[in-house]
Amino acid sequence: MKTIFVLWIRQLLRYGRSKSRMFGSLAQPVLFLVSLGFGFSTVFEKAGQGNYIEFLAPGIIAMSIIFTAIFTGMDVIWDRQFGFLKETLVAPVSRFSIMFGRTLGGATVATAQGAIVFLISLLAGFRPVSLALVPFAVVIMIMIAVLFTALGTMIASKLTDMHGFQLIINFLVMPLFFPFRSNFPFGGIAGCFIIYSWNKPAFVRSRRFAGSSYRNEPLWIRS
Amino acid sequence: MNSIEVHNLSKTFGDIEAVKDVSFDVKKGEIFAFLGPNGAGKSTTIKMLTTLLHPTSGTMRVDEKDPILHPEEVRRSFGIVFQDPSLDDELTAYENMNFHGLLYDVPKEIRQTRIDELLRFVELYDRKNSFVKEFSGGMKRRLEIARGLLHHPKIIFLDEPTLGLDPQTRNHMWSYLQELNITEGVTVFFTTHYMEEAERVAGRIAIIDHGSIVALGTARDLMEKTGTKTLEDAFLGLTGKKIRDDEAGKNDNIRMARRVWTARK
Ligand SMILES: Nc1ncnc2c1ncn2[C@@H]1O[C@H](COP(=O)(O)OP(=O)(O)O)[C@@H](O)[C@H]1O
Ligand SMILES: [Mg+2]
Repeated sequence: MKTIFVLWIRQLLRYGRSKSRMFGSLAQPVLFLVSLGFGFSTVFEKAGQGNYIEFLAPGIIAMSIIFTAIFTGMDVIWDRQFGFLKETLVAPVSRFSIMFGRTLGGATVATAQGAIVFLISLLAGFRPVSLALVPFAVVIMIMIAVLFTALGTMIASKLTDMHGFQLIINFLVMPLFFPFRSNFPFGGIAGCFIIYSWNKPAFVRSRRFAGSSYRNEPLWIRS
Repeated sequence: MNSIEVHNLSKTFGDIEAVKDVSFDVKKGEIFAFLGPNGAGKSTTIKMLTTLLHPTSGTMRVDEKDPILHPEEVRRSFGIVFQDPSLDDELTAYENMNFHGLLYDVPKEIRQTRIDELLRFVELYDRKNSFVKEFSGGMKRRLEIARGLLHHPKIIFLDEPTLGLDPQTRNHMWSYLQELNITEGVTVFFTTHYMEEAERVAGRIAIIDHGSIVALGTARDLMEKTGTKTLEDAFLGLTGKKIRDDEAGKNDNIRMARRVWTARK
Protein backbone atom coordinates (compact mmCIF):
# COMPACT_ATOMS: atom_id res chain seq x y z
CA MET A 1 0.00 0.00 0.00
CA LYS A 2 2.75 2.39 0.99
CA THR A 3 4.59 1.68 -2.23
CA ILE A 4 1.55 2.44 -4.31
CA PHE A 5 1.04 5.66 -2.39
CA VAL A 6 4.68 6.73 -2.75
CA LEU A 7 4.71 6.24 -6.51
CA TRP A 8 1.31 7.87 -6.88
CA ILE A 9 2.41 10.97 -4.99
CA ARG A 10 5.62 11.09 -6.95
CA GLN A 11 3.76 11.25 -10.27
CA LEU A 12 1.60 14.10 -8.95
CA LEU A 13 4.57 16.04 -7.60
CA ARG A 14 6.50 15.71 -10.82
CA TYR A 15 3.55 16.81 -12.86
CA GLY A 16 2.59 19.70 -10.62
CA ARG A 17 6.12 21.01 -10.67
CA SER A 18 6.75 20.86 -14.32
CA LYS A 19 4.81 23.97 -15.32
CA SER A 20 5.95 23.89 -18.90
CA ARG A 21 4.62 20.41 -19.25
CA MET A 22 1.34 21.32 -17.64
CA PHE A 23 0.77 24.32 -19.90
CA GLY A 24 2.15 22.51 -22.88
CA SER A 25 -0.36 19.75 -22.56
CA LEU A 26 -3.19 22.25 -22.04
CA ALA A 27 -2.18 24.42 -24.97
CA GLN A 28 -2.80 21.74 -27.52
CA PRO A 29 -6.43 20.96 -26.67
CA VAL A 30 -7.19 24.65 -26.30
CA LEU A 31 -5.68 25.30 -29.68
CA PHE A 32 -7.78 22.58 -31.29
CA LEU A 33 -10.87 23.74 -29.49
CA VAL A 34 -10.41 27.27 -30.78
CA SER A 35 -9.12 26.60 -34.26
CA LEU A 36 -11.40 23.72 -35.15
CA GLY A 37 -14.25 25.21 -33.19
CA PHE A 38 -14.28 28.49 -35.05
CA GLY A 39 -13.05 27.02 -38.27
CA PHE A 40 -15.77 24.45 -38.76
CA SER A 41 -18.67 25.78 -36.77
CA THR A 42 -20.22 27.88 -39.55
CA VAL A 43 -20.05 25.07 -42.08
CA PHE A 44 -21.36 22.67 -39.50
CA GLU A 45 -24.30 24.82 -38.59
CA LYS A 46 -25.07 25.62 -42.21
CA ALA A 47 -25.29 21.89 -42.80
CA GLY A 48 -27.97 21.83 -40.16
CA GLN A 49 -25.98 19.74 -37.71
CA GLY A 50 -26.41 21.92 -34.65
CA ASN A 51 -23.75 23.39 -32.40
CA TYR A 52 -20.27 22.31 -33.39
CA ILE A 53 -18.68 22.91 -29.96
CA GLU A 54 -21.17 20.46 -28.57
CA PHE A 55 -19.86 17.95 -31.05
CA LEU A 56 -16.20 18.83 -30.66
CA ALA A 57 -15.69 19.25 -26.91
CA PRO A 58 -16.03 15.59 -25.80
CA GLY A 59 -13.49 14.57 -28.42
CA ILE A 60 -11.02 17.21 -27.33
CA ILE A 61 -11.42 16.24 -23.68
CA ALA A 62 -10.87 12.57 -24.46
CA MET A 63 -7.90 13.42 -26.63
CA SER A 64 -6.24 15.48 -23.94
CA ILE A 65 -6.75 12.66 -21.43
CA ILE A 66 -5.32 10.09 -23.82
CA PHE A 67 -2.28 12.21 -24.65
CA THR A 68 -1.50 13.05 -21.05
CA ALA A 69 -2.06 9.46 -19.97
CA ILE A 70 0.24 7.99 -22.58
CA PHE A 71 2.93 10.55 -21.92
CA THR A 72 2.80 10.09 -18.16
CA GLY A 73 2.89 6.35 -18.62
CA MET A 74 5.95 6.81 -20.73
CA ASP A 75 7.77 8.52 -17.88
CA VAL A 76 9.23 5.08 -17.31
CA ILE A 77 11.60 5.76 -20.21
CA TRP A 78 12.99 8.86 -18.55
CA ASP A 79 13.27 7.05 -15.27
CA ARG A 80 15.22 4.33 -16.93
CA GLN A 81 17.59 6.75 -18.57
CA PHE A 82 18.02 8.98 -15.56
CA GLY A 83 18.53 5.97 -13.38
CA PHE A 84 15.68 6.38 -10.91
CA LEU A 85 14.07 3.19 -12.14
CA LYS A 86 16.98 1.20 -10.66
CA GLU A 87 16.30 2.73 -7.27
CA THR A 88 12.75 1.36 -7.35
CA LEU A 89 13.83 -1.97 -8.81
CA VAL A 90 16.22 -2.79 -5.97
CA ALA A 91 13.70 -1.79 -3.31
CA PRO A 92 12.09 -4.66 -1.40
CA VAL A 93 8.65 -4.11 -2.88
CA SER A 94 6.70 -5.97 -5.51
CA ARG A 95 7.04 -4.97 -9.14
CA PHE A 96 3.29 -4.97 -9.35
CA SER A 97 2.83 -2.29 -6.72
CA ILE A 98 5.48 -0.12 -8.38
CA MET A 99 3.68 -0.26 -11.71
CA PHE A 100 0.26 0.02 -10.12
CA GLY A 101 1.26 3.14 -8.18
CA ARG A 102 2.74 4.75 -11.24
CA THR A 103 -0.32 3.97 -13.31
CA LEU A 104 -2.70 5.39 -10.71
CA GLY A 105 -0.56 8.52 -10.48
CA GLY A 106 -0.52 9.00 -14.23
CA ALA A 107 -4.23 8.35 -14.46
CA THR A 108 -4.95 10.91 -11.75
CA VAL A 109 -2.92 13.49 -13.61
CA ALA A 110 -4.64 12.70 -16.91
CA THR A 111 -8.11 12.86 -15.37
CA ALA A 112 -7.32 16.21 -13.79
CA GLN A 113 -6.09 17.42 -17.14
CA GLY A 114 -9.34 16.26 -18.74
CA ALA A 115 -11.33 18.09 -16.06
CA ILE A 116 -9.45 21.31 -16.77
CA VAL A 117 -10.09 20.98 -20.48
CA PHE A 118 -13.75 20.34 -19.68
CA LEU A 119 -13.90 23.62 -17.72
CA ILE A 120 -12.19 25.44 -20.58
CA SER A 121 -14.66 24.00 -23.05
CA LEU A 122 -17.48 25.36 -20.89
CA LEU A 123 -15.95 28.78 -21.42
CA ALA A 124 -15.90 28.11 -25.13
CA GLY A 125 -19.61 27.47 -25.07
CA PHE A 126 -19.91 23.74 -24.47
CA ARG A 127 -23.02 22.72 -22.56
CA PRO A 128 -23.45 19.09 -21.44
CA VAL A 129 -26.89 17.81 -22.30
CA SER A 130 -27.71 17.02 -18.73
CA LEU A 131 -25.90 17.63 -15.45
CA ALA A 132 -26.92 14.21 -14.23
CA LEU A 133 -24.66 12.70 -16.84
CA VAL A 134 -21.54 14.53 -15.65
CA PRO A 135 -20.64 12.01 -12.89
CA PHE A 136 -21.01 9.26 -15.44
CA ALA A 137 -18.72 11.19 -17.76
CA VAL A 138 -16.14 11.46 -14.98
CA VAL A 139 -16.18 7.70 -14.50
CA ILE A 140 -15.52 7.21 -18.19
CA MET A 141 -12.75 9.82 -18.09
CA ILE A 142 -11.08 7.90 -15.27
CA MET A 143 -11.42 4.66 -17.19
CA ILE A 144 -9.84 6.15 -20.30
CA ALA A 145 -7.06 7.64 -18.18
CA VAL A 146 -6.24 4.34 -16.46
CA LEU A 147 -6.34 2.41 -19.69
CA PHE A 148 -4.02 4.70 -21.59
CA THR A 149 -1.59 5.27 -18.72
CA ALA A 150 -1.25 1.52 -18.42
CA LEU A 151 -0.76 1.30 -22.18
CA GLY A 152 1.93 3.99 -22.07
CA THR A 153 3.66 2.29 -19.16
CA MET A 154 3.52 -1.03 -20.92
CA ILE A 155 5.01 0.31 -24.14
CA ALA A 156 7.66 2.27 -22.26
CA SER A 157 8.73 -0.79 -20.29
CA LYS A 158 9.64 -2.44 -23.56
CA LEU A 159 11.50 0.52 -25.01
CA THR A 160 15.02 1.44 -24.09
CA ASP A 161 15.51 4.78 -25.78
CA MET A 162 14.04 7.88 -27.32
CA HIS A 163 13.99 6.61 -30.87
CA GLY A 164 11.29 4.17 -30.00
CA PHE A 165 9.50 6.93 -28.18
CA GLN A 166 9.33 9.12 -31.29
CA LEU A 167 8.08 6.18 -33.26
CA ILE A 168 5.27 5.58 -30.82
CA ILE A 169 4.20 9.20 -30.94
CA ASN A 170 4.08 9.20 -34.71
CA PHE A 171 2.46 5.87 -35.24
CA LEU A 172 0.28 5.38 -32.21
CA VAL A 173 -0.64 8.69 -30.65
CA MET A 174 -1.24 10.79 -33.74
CA PRO A 175 -3.41 8.18 -35.51
CA LEU A 176 -5.42 7.99 -32.31
CA PHE A 177 -6.26 11.63 -32.69
CA PHE A 178 -7.11 12.02 -36.34
CA PRO A 179 -9.86 9.45 -36.68
CA PHE A 180 -11.75 10.91 -33.76
CA ARG A 181 -14.77 11.68 -35.76
CA SER A 182 -16.04 13.88 -33.03
CA ASN A 183 -13.29 16.30 -33.98
CA PHE A 184 -13.82 16.49 -37.70
CA PRO A 185 -17.35 16.68 -38.96
CA PHE A 186 -16.56 15.24 -42.34
CA GLY A 187 -13.82 12.70 -42.01
CA GLY A 188 -11.18 14.32 -44.13
CA ILE A 189 -8.31 11.95 -44.58
CA ALA A 190 -9.28 8.77 -46.31
CA GLY A 191 -6.66 6.64 -44.61
CA CYS A 192 -8.16 7.33 -41.24
CA PHE A 193 -11.15 5.17 -41.83
CA ILE A 194 -9.18 2.01 -41.53
CA ILE A 195 -7.80 3.07 -38.20
CA TYR A 196 -11.18 4.36 -37.25
CA SER A 197 -12.76 0.96 -37.07
CA TRP A 198 -9.87 -0.26 -34.99
CA ASN A 199 -10.18 2.77 -32.79
CA LYS A 200 -13.87 2.56 -32.30
CA PRO A 201 -13.96 1.79 -28.57
CA ALA A 202 -12.12 4.98 -27.73
CA PHE A 203 -14.20 6.91 -30.16
CA VAL A 204 -17.46 5.63 -28.81
CA ARG A 205 -16.47 6.55 -25.31
CA SER A 206 -15.38 9.97 -26.33
CA ARG A 207 -18.72 10.65 -27.84
CA ARG A 208 -20.76 9.22 -25.03
CA PHE A 209 -19.16 10.67 -21.98
CA ALA A 210 -19.83 14.37 -21.26
CA GLY A 211 -23.36 13.59 -22.33
CA SER A 212 -23.00 14.90 -25.82
CA SER A 213 -26.22 14.75 -27.72
CA TYR A 214 -24.62 14.10 -31.05
CA ARG A 215 -25.68 10.70 -32.33
CA ASN A 216 -25.91 10.38 -36.05
CA GLU A 217 -23.10 8.89 -37.99
CA PRO A 218 -22.80 9.52 -41.73
CA LEU A 219 -23.53 6.22 -43.42
CA TRP A 220 -20.30 6.09 -45.38
CA ILE A 221 -18.17 5.99 -42.30
CA ARG A 222 -19.83 3.14 -40.48
CA SER A 223 -17.51 0.24 -39.89
CA MET B 1 29.99 -16.52 8.29
CA ASN B 2 29.81 -15.11 4.78
CA SER B 3 27.81 -12.13 3.67
CA ILE B 4 28.35 -12.84 0.00
CA GLU B 5 29.22 -16.12 -1.69
CA VAL B 6 29.79 -16.40 -5.40
CA HIS B 7 30.50 -19.66 -7.24
CA ASN B 8 31.47 -19.89 -10.90
CA LEU B 9 29.43 -16.85 -11.83
CA SER B 10 29.26 -15.97 -15.54
CA LYS B 11 27.36 -13.46 -17.59
CA THR B 12 27.41 -13.07 -21.34
CA PHE B 13 25.78 -10.35 -23.43
CA GLY B 14 25.52 -11.73 -26.94
CA ASP B 15 29.09 -12.72 -27.58
CA ILE B 16 30.63 -10.43 -24.95
CA GLU B 17 31.69 -12.40 -21.89
CA ALA B 18 31.31 -9.66 -19.27
CA VAL B 19 31.90 -11.96 -16.28
CA LYS B 20 33.70 -15.29 -16.64
CA ASP B 21 33.56 -18.00 -14.03
CA VAL B 22 34.07 -15.75 -11.02
CA SER B 23 34.18 -17.20 -7.48
CA PHE B 24 34.80 -15.41 -4.19
CA ASP B 25 33.45 -15.00 -0.65
CA VAL B 26 33.01 -11.87 1.43
CA LYS B 27 32.90 -12.37 5.19
CA LYS B 28 30.40 -10.66 7.48
CA GLY B 29 31.75 -7.29 8.53
CA GLU B 30 34.48 -7.24 5.91
CA ILE B 31 35.42 -4.36 3.61
CA PHE B 32 36.00 -5.95 0.23
CA ALA B 33 37.21 -4.22 -2.94
CA PHE B 34 36.73 -5.13 -6.57
CA LEU B 35 39.60 -3.45 -8.35
CA GLY B 36 39.74 -3.43 -12.11
CA PRO B 37 39.98 -1.30 -15.25
CA ASN B 38 36.97 -0.06 -17.22
CA GLY B 39 34.90 -2.83 -18.73
CA ALA B 40 36.37 -5.48 -16.43
CA GLY B 41 32.92 -6.68 -15.34
CA LYS B 42 32.67 -5.00 -11.93
CA SER B 43 29.28 -3.38 -12.44
CA THR B 44 27.89 -6.48 -14.09
CA THR B 45 28.85 -8.53 -11.03
CA ILE B 46 27.20 -6.00 -8.71
CA LYS B 47 24.04 -6.00 -10.81
CA MET B 48 23.78 -9.77 -10.53
CA LEU B 49 24.32 -9.68 -6.76
CA THR B 50 21.70 -6.97 -6.35
CA THR B 51 18.95 -8.78 -8.33
CA LEU B 52 19.07 -6.46 -11.36
CA LEU B 53 20.53 -9.04 -13.73
CA HIS B 54 20.23 -12.78 -14.02
CA PRO B 55 23.53 -14.62 -14.41
CA THR B 56 24.12 -16.85 -17.41
CA SER B 57 25.42 -19.50 -15.03
CA GLY B 58 26.77 -19.93 -11.52
CA THR B 59 25.33 -19.50 -8.01
CA MET B 60 25.27 -16.65 -5.51
CA ARG B 61 24.31 -16.07 -1.88
CA VAL B 62 23.73 -12.60 -0.52
CA ASP B 63 23.05 -12.52 3.21
CA GLU B 64 22.66 -16.29 2.93
CA LYS B 65 19.87 -16.06 0.37
CA ASP B 66 19.76 -16.65 -3.34
CA PRO B 67 19.11 -13.39 -5.24
CA ILE B 68 17.39 -15.30 -8.03
CA LEU B 69 15.04 -17.35 -5.87
CA HIS B 70 14.40 -14.83 -3.10
CA PRO B 71 14.91 -11.40 -4.61
CA GLU B 72 12.69 -9.52 -2.17
CA GLU B 73 14.46 -10.82 0.92
CA VAL B 74 17.83 -10.12 -0.62
CA ARG B 75 16.73 -6.59 -1.53
CA ARG B 76 15.84 -5.93 2.07
CA SER B 77 19.35 -6.77 3.22
CA PHE B 78 21.46 -4.41 1.14
CA GLY B 79 21.89 -0.77 0.26
CA ILE B 80 23.46 0.31 -3.00
CA VAL B 81 25.15 3.30 -4.55
CA PHE B 82 25.08 2.82 -8.31
CA GLN B 83 27.81 3.89 -10.65
CA ASP B 84 25.34 5.93 -12.71
CA PRO B 85 23.01 8.52 -11.21
CA SER B 86 19.81 7.15 -9.72
CA LEU B 87 18.14 10.13 -8.07
CA ASP B 88 14.88 11.76 -9.08
CA ASP B 89 16.03 15.17 -10.33
CA GLU B 90 12.62 16.73 -10.00
CA LEU B 91 12.30 16.00 -6.32
CA THR B 92 14.16 17.67 -3.48
CA ALA B 93 16.99 16.04 -1.55
CA TYR B 94 14.66 15.48 1.38
CA GLU B 95 11.94 13.95 -0.80
CA ASN B 96 14.40 11.56 -2.39
CA MET B 97 15.44 10.41 1.08
CA ASN B 98 11.90 10.22 2.37
CA PHE B 99 10.66 8.18 -0.58
CA HIS B 100 13.50 5.76 -0.06
CA GLY B 101 12.58 5.45 3.61
CA LEU B 102 8.96 4.77 2.68
CA LEU B 103 9.91 2.15 0.09
CA TYR B 104 12.06 0.38 2.67
CA ASP B 105 9.39 0.69 5.33
CA VAL B 106 11.51 2.66 7.82
CA PRO B 107 9.20 3.71 10.71
CA LYS B 108 8.31 7.39 10.71
CA GLU B 109 10.20 8.70 13.75
CA ILE B 110 13.36 6.80 12.89
CA ARG B 111 13.04 7.98 9.32
CA GLN B 112 12.90 11.66 10.23
CA THR B 113 15.84 11.59 12.63
CA ARG B 114 17.95 9.39 10.43
CA ILE B 115 17.35 11.49 7.31
CA ASP B 116 18.42 14.61 9.20
CA GLU B 117 21.45 12.86 10.63
CA LEU B 118 22.58 11.50 7.26
CA LEU B 119 21.97 14.77 5.45
CA ARG B 120 24.07 16.54 8.08
CA PHE B 121 26.78 13.95 7.65
CA VAL B 122 27.00 14.46 3.88
CA GLU B 123 26.70 18.23 4.46
CA LEU B 124 23.52 18.65 2.51
CA TYR B 125 21.27 19.48 5.45
CA ASP B 126 20.93 23.15 4.57
CA ARG B 127 20.12 22.17 0.99
CA LYS B 128 17.56 19.57 1.91
CA ASN B 129 14.70 21.43 0.26
CA SER B 130 16.57 22.15 -2.95
CA PHE B 131 15.78 20.22 -6.08
CA VAL B 132 18.30 17.58 -6.98
CA LYS B 133 18.58 19.00 -10.50
CA GLU B 134 20.27 22.05 -8.96
CA PHE B 135 22.99 19.91 -7.37
CA SER B 136 26.52 19.42 -8.64
CA GLY B 137 27.76 15.94 -9.48
CA GLY B 138 29.56 15.62 -6.15
CA MET B 139 26.49 16.67 -4.19
CA LYS B 140 24.36 14.10 -5.98
CA ARG B 141 26.89 11.44 -5.18
CA ARG B 142 26.86 12.38 -1.51
CA LEU B 143 23.08 12.28 -1.46
CA GLU B 144 23.10 8.82 -3.03
CA ILE B 145 25.51 7.59 -0.39
CA ALA B 146 23.29 8.98 2.37
CA ARG B 147 20.25 7.39 0.77
CA GLY B 148 21.92 3.99 0.46
CA LEU B 149 22.53 3.97 4.21
CA LEU B 150 19.11 5.19 5.29
CA HIS B 151 17.50 1.82 5.94
CA HIS B 152 20.42 0.37 7.96
CA PRO B 153 21.46 -2.24 5.40
CA LYS B 154 23.53 -5.24 6.48
CA ILE B 155 25.54 -5.02 3.29
CA ILE B 156 26.35 -1.93 1.32
CA PHE B 157 27.33 -2.13 -2.35
CA LEU B 158 29.20 0.85 -3.72
CA ASP B 159 29.94 0.92 -7.44
CA GLU B 160 32.79 3.40 -7.95
CA PRO B 161 31.37 5.56 -5.18
CA THR B 162 34.12 8.14 -5.09
CA LEU B 163 34.20 8.84 -8.81
CA GLY B 164 34.05 12.61 -9.15
CA LEU B 165 34.39 13.37 -5.46
CA ASP B 166 37.10 15.69 -4.18
CA PRO B 167 39.72 14.21 -1.80
CA GLN B 168 38.15 15.79 1.30
CA THR B 169 34.72 14.32 0.60
CA ARG B 170 36.25 11.00 -0.29
CA ASN B 171 38.08 10.90 3.00
CA HIS B 172 35.05 11.99 4.94
CA MET B 173 32.90 9.33 3.30
CA TRP B 174 35.36 6.53 3.94
CA SER B 175 35.88 7.40 7.57
CA TYR B 176 32.10 7.30 8.06
CA LEU B 177 31.81 3.95 6.29
CA GLN B 178 34.73 2.52 8.23
CA GLU B 179 33.14 3.64 11.48
CA LEU B 180 29.83 2.08 10.46
CA ASN B 181 31.71 -1.07 9.55
CA ILE B 182 33.28 -1.26 13.01
CA THR B 183 30.34 -0.15 15.15
CA GLU B 184 27.49 -1.88 13.31
CA GLY B 185 29.38 -4.62 11.48
CA VAL B 186 28.10 -3.51 8.09
CA THR B 187 29.69 -5.44 5.23
CA VAL B 188 31.08 -3.14 2.55
CA PHE B 189 31.54 -4.31 -1.04
CA PHE B 190 32.91 -1.67 -3.35
CA THR B 191 34.42 -1.34 -6.79
CA THR B 192 37.04 1.15 -7.78
CA HIS B 193 39.83 1.72 -10.18
CA TYR B 194 41.78 3.83 -7.69
CA MET B 195 44.46 1.58 -6.30
CA GLU B 196 45.29 3.71 -3.31
CA GLU B 197 41.64 3.66 -2.28
CA ALA B 198 41.49 -0.14 -2.40
CA GLU B 199 44.76 -0.39 -0.54
CA ARG B 200 43.79 2.06 2.18
CA VAL B 201 40.28 0.91 3.09
CA ALA B 202 39.80 -2.67 1.92
CA GLY B 203 40.62 -5.72 3.99
CA ARG B 204 40.85 -7.87 0.90
CA ILE B 205 41.01 -6.95 -2.76
CA ALA B 206 39.98 -8.92 -5.83
CA ILE B 207 41.65 -7.77 -9.01
CA ILE B 208 39.33 -8.34 -11.94
CA ASP B 209 40.22 -8.01 -15.58
CA HIS B 210 38.36 -9.06 -18.75
CA GLY B 211 35.68 -10.64 -16.58
CA SER B 212 37.96 -12.90 -14.53
CA ILE B 213 39.48 -12.53 -11.10
CA VAL B 214 43.23 -12.55 -11.67
CA ALA B 215 44.26 -12.24 -8.01
CA LEU B 216 42.60 -12.07 -4.61
CA GLY B 217 44.02 -11.21 -1.20
CA THR B 218 45.14 -8.39 1.05
CA ALA B 219 47.15 -5.59 -0.54
CA ARG B 220 50.26 -7.16 1.00
CA ASP B 221 49.45 -10.59 -0.48
CA LEU B 222 49.07 -9.08 -3.92
CA MET B 223 52.37 -7.22 -3.73
CA GLU B 224 54.14 -10.33 -2.51
CA LYS B 225 52.61 -12.43 -5.21
CA THR B 226 53.83 -10.13 -7.97
CA GLY B 227 57.08 -9.23 -6.24
CA THR B 228 56.29 -5.52 -6.45
CA LYS B 229 56.58 -2.72 -3.88
CA THR B 230 53.32 -0.90 -4.53
CA LEU B 231 49.81 -2.05 -5.30
CA GLU B 232 49.96 0.04 -8.44
CA ASP B 233 52.85 -2.02 -9.77
CA ALA B 234 51.09 -5.21 -8.72
CA PHE B 235 47.96 -4.07 -10.53
CA LEU B 236 49.79 -3.15 -13.71
CA GLY B 237 51.77 -6.38 -13.50
CA LEU B 238 48.53 -8.37 -13.32
CA THR B 239 46.38 -6.49 -15.82
CA GLY B 240 48.96 -5.20 -18.31
CA LYS B 241 49.49 -1.61 -19.34
CA LYS B 242 47.00 -1.32 -22.17
CA ILE B 243 44.59 1.62 -21.83
CA ARG B 244 40.88 0.70 -21.70
CA ASP B 245 37.97 2.49 -23.32
CA ASP B 246 36.04 4.65 -21.00
CA GLU B 247 32.29 4.40 -21.25
CA ALA B 248 31.58 7.51 -19.22
CA GLY B 249 30.27 9.48 -22.19
CA LYS B 250 27.13 7.41 -22.55
CA ASN B 251 24.91 9.12 -20.00
CA ASP B 252 25.90 12.58 -21.12
CA ASN B 253 24.58 11.82 -24.57
CA ILE B 254 21.26 10.82 -23.14
CA ARG B 255 21.08 14.02 -21.17
CA MET B 256 21.79 16.03 -24.29
CA ALA B 257 19.15 14.19 -26.21
CA ARG B 258 16.57 14.87 -23.57
CA ARG B 259 17.42 18.53 -23.49
CA VAL B 260 17.01 18.77 -27.23
CA TRP B 261 13.78 16.87 -27.05
CA THR B 262 12.17 18.92 -24.29
CA ALA B 263 13.26 22.15 -25.89
CA ARG B 264 11.57 21.11 -29.08
CA LYS B 265 8.42 20.13 -27.30
N1 LIG C 1 23.68 -4.44 -20.97
C1 LIG C 1 24.81 -4.76 -21.61
N2 LIG C 1 24.77 -5.18 -22.89
C2 LIG C 1 25.90 -5.50 -23.54
N3 LIG C 1 27.13 -5.44 -23.02
C3 LIG C 1 27.25 -5.03 -21.74
C4 LIG C 1 26.09 -4.65 -20.98
N4 LIG C 1 26.51 -4.28 -19.73
C5 LIG C 1 27.85 -4.40 -19.75
N5 LIG C 1 28.29 -4.86 -20.94
C6 LIG C 1 29.70 -5.14 -21.31
O1 LIG C 1 30.24 -5.97 -20.33
C7 LIG C 1 31.58 -5.60 -20.04
C8 LIG C 1 31.72 -5.31 -18.56
O2 LIG C 1 31.03 -4.12 -18.22
P1 LIG C 1 30.94 -3.54 -16.75
O3 LIG C 1 30.54 -4.62 -15.83
O4 LIG C 1 30.07 -2.34 -16.79
O5 LIG C 1 32.45 -3.11 -16.47
P2 LIG C 1 33.05 -2.23 -15.28
O6 LIG C 1 31.96 -1.87 -14.35
O7 LIG C 1 34.09 -3.09 -14.66
O8 LIG C 1 33.66 -1.02 -15.91
C9 LIG C 1 31.90 -4.43 -20.95
O9 LIG C 1 32.58 -4.91 -22.06
C10 LIG C 1 30.56 -3.89 -21.31
O10 LIG C 1 30.60 -3.30 -22.58
MG1 LIG D 1 31.31 -0.12 -13.78
